[in-house]
Amino acid sequence: MPQSIEQVKDHAELFREPEYQEMLREKREQFECLHSPERVKEIAEWTKSQEYREKNFAREGLTINPAKACQPLGAVFCAAGFADTLSFVHGSQGCVAYYRSHLSRHFKEPASAVSSSMTEDAAVFGGLSNLVDGLANAYALYEPKMIAVSTTCMAEVIGDDLHAFIGNAKEQGSVPKDFDVPFAHTPAFHGSHVNGYDNMLEGILSHLWQGRERTPGESINIIPGFDGYCVGNNRELKRMLDLMGVAHTILPDPSDVYDTPSDGQFRMYDGGTSIEAGKAAQDAKATLSLQEYCSKKSLQLAKAQGHEVASFHYPLGVGATDEFLTKVSELTGRPIPEALLKERGRLVDALADSMSIVHGKTFAVYGDPDFVTGMARFLTEMGAEPRHLLATNGTKPWAKKLRTTLEASPYGAGGQVWPGADLWHLRSLLFTEPADFLIGNSHGKYLERDTGTPLIRLTFPIFDRHHHHRFPTWGYQGGLHVLVRILDKILDGLDAASDQAGVNDISFDLTR
Amino acid sequence: MSGLRQIAFYGKGGIGKSTTSQNTIAGLAEMGQKVLIVGCDPKADSTRLILNAKAQQTVLQMAADAGSVEDLELEDVLRIGQGGVNCVESGGPEPGVGCAGRGVITSINFLEENGAYEGMDYVVYDVLGDVVCGGFAMPIRENKAQEIYIVMSGEMMALYACNNISKGILKYAKTGGVRLGGLICNSRQTDQEYELAEAMAGKLGTKLIHFIPRDNIVQHAELRRMTVIQYKPDAKQADEYRALARKIHENSGKGVIPTPVSMDELEDMLMEFGILKSDEDMIAELEAKEAAAREAVSA
Repeated sequence: MPQSIEQVKDHAELFREPEYQEMLREKREQFECLHSPERVKEIAEWTKSQEYREKNFAREGLTINPAKACQPLGAVFCAAGFADTLSFVHGSQGCVAYYRSHLSRHFKEPASAVSSSMTEDAAVFGGLSNLVDGLANAYALYEPKMIAVSTTCMAEVIGDDLHAFIGNAKEQGSVPKDFDVPFAHTPAFHGSHVNGYDNMLEGILSHLWQGRERTPGESINIIPGFDGYCVGNNRELKRMLDLMGVAHTILPDPSDVYDTPSDGQFRMYDGGTSIEAGKAAQDAKATLSLQEYCSKKSLQLAKAQGHEVASFHYPLGVGATDEFLTKVSELTGRPIPEALLKERGRLVDALADSMSIVHGKTFAVYGDPDFVTGMARFLTEMGAEPRHLLATNGTKPWAKKLRTTLEASPYGAGGQVWPGADLWHLRSLLFTEPADFLIGNSHGKYLERDTGTPLIRLTFPIFDRHHHHRFPTWGYQGGLHVLVRILDKILDGLDAASDQAGVNDISFDLTR
Repeated sequence: MSGLRQIAFYGKGGIGKSTTSQNTIAGLAEMGQKVLIVGCDPKADSTRLILNAKAQQTVLQMAADAGSVEDLELEDVLRIGQGGVNCVESGGPEPGVGCAGRGVITSINFLEENGAYEGMDYVVYDVLGDVVCGGFAMPIRENKAQEIYIVMSGEMMALYACNNISKGILKYAKTGGVRLGGLICNSRQTDQEYELAEAMAGKLGTKLIHFIPRDNIVQHAELRRMTVIQYKPDAKQADEYRALARKIHENSGKGVIPTPVSMDELEDMLMEFGILKSDEDMIAELEAKEAAAREAVSA
């Protein structure tokens, strides 16, 4: 055998050993019934053509590699941002295993959530008894202070009503009557994880604020939205707001639970917005959302309470950070301090230093609608040219708004916005109207391999690179971090293209 | 949403539920109420008498054509009928496929999110037959219908359905705000029908809110795709529907948590009224019939 205890080969090498190669060859010949390599190559070439692109965009009944996830994932992420809160997903177990593994693979941290384990009999008789038993078990085993209930498709198709079910469960003594069990219906076949986030947040806030009298105060609420960089970004947000001396509540804040220290103690819950802070958020003067498409319903709720509300699109870079901080300053009367102004100056300086490198480079960007808008805007600030801007969960109004933003900059004029399109569409775009670089998540690595467009991973989920989410992308400091990630990719490319001594190394420069 | 009153009509299929609801809604509209009808039946016949037209384009059909319900605008599915009544049909799949209950949930969520309820005095749900699955219970959920009206008659299956629907309501009423508004008896001229309806209402802890006598004018109006109030405003039957509309209007907040009975208790009651016979009686009757037939052959 090729594997031995003295010399353990990892799987990349192991399967290249002759024994495995032979086995795989036989399997291909006997069972796979492949077309000839020439035919495969011919079709692969055809998929790069303009003709194929037109067929691809005429596609109606099929989505291939959508750049979005389902509602309950957003709901689980949202609930994780409240202190000592357990996510309880009413539905089948496999769905919940997916949310947990998805979050774990990205954050490299355990992600806790329980399910009501609905099976076929529950689909027939309704999931009431699963919810009753499940709540009792979750309450007894995991000792949460709050249980946030969302739903999978199965519970939604059969029409289980969470409001009535939770009421019944409390009557039957699953949890004490005054125990907090907010809920949200999150059908996965409607919208995406950004809607699930919004629904859960609205569910939790309306639960915490129900029957409570609002005493208007001076604090402000910040809704960060679904953000894979929440660990770095929420901490950066708090740092900036503390520098300004602004009393604030992050609604919700999962930055600690997705970044627990290794010190011998397992923390199923850590940090997060406390229930008391969540209740007191009702008294806030204003509620700001950093991702408009993640917070439509939640902002309506805040507005109905009498909060001033405003929303942004994932504030990356100079202009977007300026707008956010200016708004905070206007609302609170607190000036933007010297320290932050200096950071701004440093980011502008860095942009100017690297202008010649980034200038005129073209980019394709995909991800959630707010992220794509924020990223496109920052790229134009760098002097780069966003070419393709794609959000599977982006709507036509989103596209229209982004086009207006792009037109405001000479660098944005050539940008095309693709709402509702998937990554297979993007593949056609990259072959027929190429961009120099691709910004997205780990799923983009297949596009990188196919089209040769270097990928910069800057949005959720990032499974195949570690720890980027621990650094901020928001604020002036975050902008610097994003700039460096982009610069590194460009400069590595320059080196790689001039790396053969005596052949192409005329500009293998020490200084760039 | 203050002042908005939401009610729902339930009842066995074929009982005249949609006919009763639309005629009553015409009465409410005459009183100056702004009404939205939400048809929750794949047959999509909850609005034809108000619209004077065959089934309208349904929410789910339009959504399927457009690709997804997210691509739909309220104007696409909303029609204005007689008396300024707003009409929407949720529609549903062909018989034997898909899930009609989920369709009801999707439609109602769509209407709420797109502001169909704004400016209305009444939202009226007309729901198919029995509460066969969770989807058809959507109008009973919290913050939906405050009162449920069950349309029934003196027939056995209608009374079974009446009791079953009450069981459905009870599930939600214990923890929520939904109440049983009362029974509406749409007369089939069966024996002791009024007394039976009264007795059923008594069992359920509610009241018989109105007894609609049988009158052919309803069929005449229906064949012309009209409500009686539109077809013959002076007819006696039109006044019956006006009376029912007024009673429902005045019944706001007076609903009860129903007390559905066991099958045995229901059957006992049916036997009391002679609608259902005991097993022994039925066997004796069958044997007597067969004996009579044999005699007829031998003679």
